[in-house]
Order: sequence, then structure tokens, then C-alpha cells
Amino acid sequence: MTLIDPVWTSLLYLAAAVCFILALKGLNSPRTARRGNLVGAFGAALAVATVFMSVKMDNVPWIVGAMVVGSGVAAPVARQVKMTQMPQLVALFNGVGGGAAALVALLELAHTGDRWVRVAIVFTLLVGAVSFAGSAITFSKLQELMTTRPVVFAGLPTLMGAVLLAAVGAAVAVVFSGSLALALLLLVLGLAAGVLLVLPVGGADVPIVISLLNAFTGLAVAASGLVLGNVLLVVAGTLVGASGTILTRAMAAAMGRSVAGILFGAFKGGSTAGSTAVSDRPVRSSSPEDVAVLLGYAQRVIIVPGYGLAVAQGQHTAAELALALEARGIDVDFAIHPVAGRMPGHMNVLLAEANVPYESLKEMGEINSEFRTADVALVVGANDVVNPAAKTTAGSPIYGMPILEVADARQVVFLKRSMRPGFAGIENELMYEPQTTLLFGDAKESLIKVLSAVKALKLS
Amino acid sequence: MDGIALLTITVLAVFVGFEVVSKVSSTLHTPLMSGANAIHGIILVGAIIVAGQASDPWVLAVALLAVVLATANLVGGFVVTDRMLEMFRGRQRVAPPGGKAGPVEAESKERTR
Repeated sequence: MTLIDPVWTSLLYLAAAVCFILALKGLNSPRTARRGNLVGAFGAALAVATVFMSVKMDNVPWIVGAMVVGSGVAAPVARQVKMTQMPQLVALFNGVGGGAAALVALLELAHTGDRWVRVAIVFTLLVGAVSFAGSAITFSKLQELMTTRPVVFAGLPTLMGAVLLAAVGAAVAVVFSGSLALALLLLVLGLAAGVLLVLPVGGADVPIVISLLNAFTGLAVAASGLVLGNVLLVVAGTLVGASGTILTRAMAAAMGRSVAGILFGAFKGGSTAGSTAVSDRPVRSSSPEDVAVLLGYAQRVIIVPGYGLAVAQGQHTAAELALALEARGIDVDFAIHPVAGRMPGHMNVLLAEANVPYESLKEMGEINSEFRTADVALVVGANDVVNPAAKTTAGSPIYGMPILEVADARQVVFLKRSMRPGFAGIENELMYEPQTTLLFGDAKESLIKVLSAVKALKLS
Repeated sequence: MDGIALLTITVLAVFVGFEVVSKVSSTLHTPLMSGANAIHGIILVGAIIVAGQASDPWVLAVALLAVVLATANLVGGFVVTDRMLEMFRGRQRVAPPGGKAGPVEAESKERTR
């Protein structure tokens, strides 16, 4: 006996699917985003209620207990995680989702004799396992449980090729035989492939891999929907797969690299390692007080925060500095490169946490034409994303990457730890330009000094 | 539901996904990733179906593991996305003396922490 008939079941699943679409649509604007997410959560609750009412179920107390355990573990972690650790958490949740999809597919194998369904099963198994293991490695890299540098060893491409070939063989065998033992082998091969896929990816590229694995999990869930004949899983999984694909491509474009280059670049001994070459040409370095004068008597200041600011945990100080400058009647905006921070859009979250209103967070396309009206561009912990070589030097590794046009500002101030080049390992000509001033030191400490110097300035 | 109908839905969902996400501003890319992440936690529905049909204790154990993982994905994903989005708020501070008055957002019902 079930409580509701198949028509109602389909209608409720449809309603849940619409909720998910609205959740993604809400993210078009910060004003509607939170409501959208709540609508999505409502849709999920509706779907879970529907499954309990529509399918004849045994083991209900066990299932409810497992759900309590799952939420009991995840909710406190989600509430307490630091915003700087967001990339790890997304990787973690993504991995467990992929793992769940793989397990569901494994168990469904015994229930079907249909070869097409088995095709969907092996797909879910393989992709879910890759996503689980890949996310686990991603998590370890981001949490610095293991090295963040690319791990490459001789024979890695051969091993990867062998694992993939074996996986395809096992998958075909499972489709024709339905053998559980072979399915388990496929699961293990999928896990191995996931590990091998992410090991050679360097720390700064890891966020793109999270997005890619997110799309993978979406596809695995969609395929499991085909296995179970469940439209909601098909729609939700496909939505995530499509959105993850778009986001991955957008991020790779924002870094001026191809997705294939990120995944397989280290195989070819690519440039992800970065160089440490330092030129000894003269630069103009300055004191916090001088920087404070530059900022304090400007009319328009654009702050360009980068990865270094996130690493130094200086976002709250940056927000305070913006407030102090605004109190002097100065127009302050934050120019955010799409890949600033430790994951795409991460810098926006960090600054939002520091109470910077989202109107002050300007996207690259929006702010780039405004640098020429700015008196000072203050670059904090960013380098490659403001390097003019991306536009001017055809042979440069970052050539073609969209950059923030800080060179257009009347004065450019870099807060930098040292003259060491950025992730791409190339020098930034902008630092030797006459309009550029450098203040060396840890991003947060420099900001604190500049902030107190600004506060000490007399009102003009 | 027959295969062709499911395939139709899948293809249409691909286009809806592309369409909806291509308009998301890059300001919200992190919440987008974590929100999409939460949505694929709906594999919980599949895990519940499988667990509800399990008769063998081993099958049940594996299915319950899937339920735990999927719930963690679903609940954790939505909670952390909500936490992030709660922090995105409009300009509502007092205009600085002598400075331009920031456009005060109409969202006066926004919670203060």
C-alpha cells in the first residue's frame, strides 16, 4: 500500500524539479539568491516526503535513522566551517554525493536484466566513483593533508591509460553479464581513475577540478535516474551536470587556460610549477604612511583583492580600510577577478562575510572601464590577474587571460610579500612602471599599518 | 516511463541548465557551485528507494551508507549555501559625513546578525 498514486507522485516530483530550477535561477542576483536556495531546499524536502509516500517501503526506521546521522554530521560542519575553507567543504559534499550515486547503481544491478539499464548503471558506477575519489584527493590538497603541488611520476599517463582501458573493458563486461564481482572491480577502477585524475593537478587549479567533479556527480545522478526510472533524479542531475560544465569552462577561460590543459598539463611538464626568478631592476617601494596619503587624498580608489589576501586572512582589514576611506568621502569599490580567492567567486563570499555590501563588489567586465577614472588602484595579494603581459606579450603563459586593467589608474599600489612572480611564474612589468608604488610585507599586516595611517590623517 | 520520454526530458533539462546558469553573475559563482552541489544530493531519493527494497542485510547496510552520504550532501549543501547567501547584503549603512549617500536598499527586512 502506498499513500499516493503514480500521478500525484509525478506531479510532486515535477514540483520539486521546478523548485531546483528556481533555486539556480535565483542566483542571477544577490537579492533573490537566498530565497532561491530556500525554495531549492523546500523542493528537496518535498521530494523526500514524496518518495516515502509513493513507494512500498521496508526498513523505514533504519532509513530515517541513517538520514538523522547524515544530517547530524553535515549540518554542524556546514554551520561552522570557515568561509576560507569553503572549497574543501564543497569538494567533500560533492564526493559523498558521487559515492552515494555509485552505491545506488551497484545495488540496482541485481534488480535489472535490461542491458540499456545496465549501461546507465556502469556509467553511474564509474563516474560516481571517479567523483568520490577525485573529490577526496581534492579535499586533501585543499586541506593541505597532502602536497598542493602537482604529483607526477614516471609512467603516470601509461597507468592512467591502463586503468581507463580496464574500466571500459569491465564496464562492457558488466553490461553483458550483469556480474556483481565485475561491477565491484569497475568501482575500484573508477576510484583509481579518480585519484590519478586529480593527483597531477596543481593547487591553484584544484578549484576548477572541483567544479568539473561537481558536473560529474550531476551526470552520475542523472544516470541513476535513468536506472531507477525516476524523472526527478534525471532532471536534477542533468541541471547540475549542465551548470557544472558551463562553470568549469567559464573558470578555465577566466584563467586563460583550457580544461584539458589543466587536467593534463602536468603530464607534459607544463608551467604549473611556476618559476622563482627575480629580476633586480629598481622598483619604487614605499612606507605605509605614504600609501595612506595616496589613498586618503584620492577621490576614487579601486581595491583589487587576490589570492594572497585570502591566504593572509586580510579580508576584514580590507573591508575596514574601505570603510575608513569612505568615511573621508572617497569612492571605494572592490574589483573582483572571476578567479580571485581559492575558488571562483570565493573573494566575493569572503568580502561579503566582512560586511562589504555587494554593490561594492564589481565584476571584471563592469569595473574595467572605470580604472581610468580611479586615482589609486590598490592591488592586495594579486599578481597574474593584473599583469598586462596577458594582453601584450604573445608568448607569455597567461597571454589571452582576461585581466583587471589596473594600469589605467593614475597610481597603482601593490601590497606584496616579495618580488616573487605569481602563480604563472612570470614577471609583472607593471611593477616597474613610474606610476607604481610597492609596499612589501604580509597582506594583512600591511593593510593594518595602512589602515591606522589613514585613520591618523587629518580630514582634507 | 519509456526510454524516449526520459531521453526527451534529459535533453530539455540540459538546455534549461545551460540557460539558467549562463545568466548567473560571477559574484555568485561560489554559492552556485555549492547550491548545485546541494541539488545533486537529491540522489537521496534513489538511496531511499534502494534501501526500502532491501531484504538482504548486506544490501541494506550498503544502501543505508548511501542514505547517510546523500543526506550529508543534501542537507550540508543547502545549509552552507544559505549561510553564504545570508552574508550577501545590500548597502544599508549610514551615509558617511560629507560623502555620497550610498543607495539604501529597499530590503529593510533583511536580518541583522
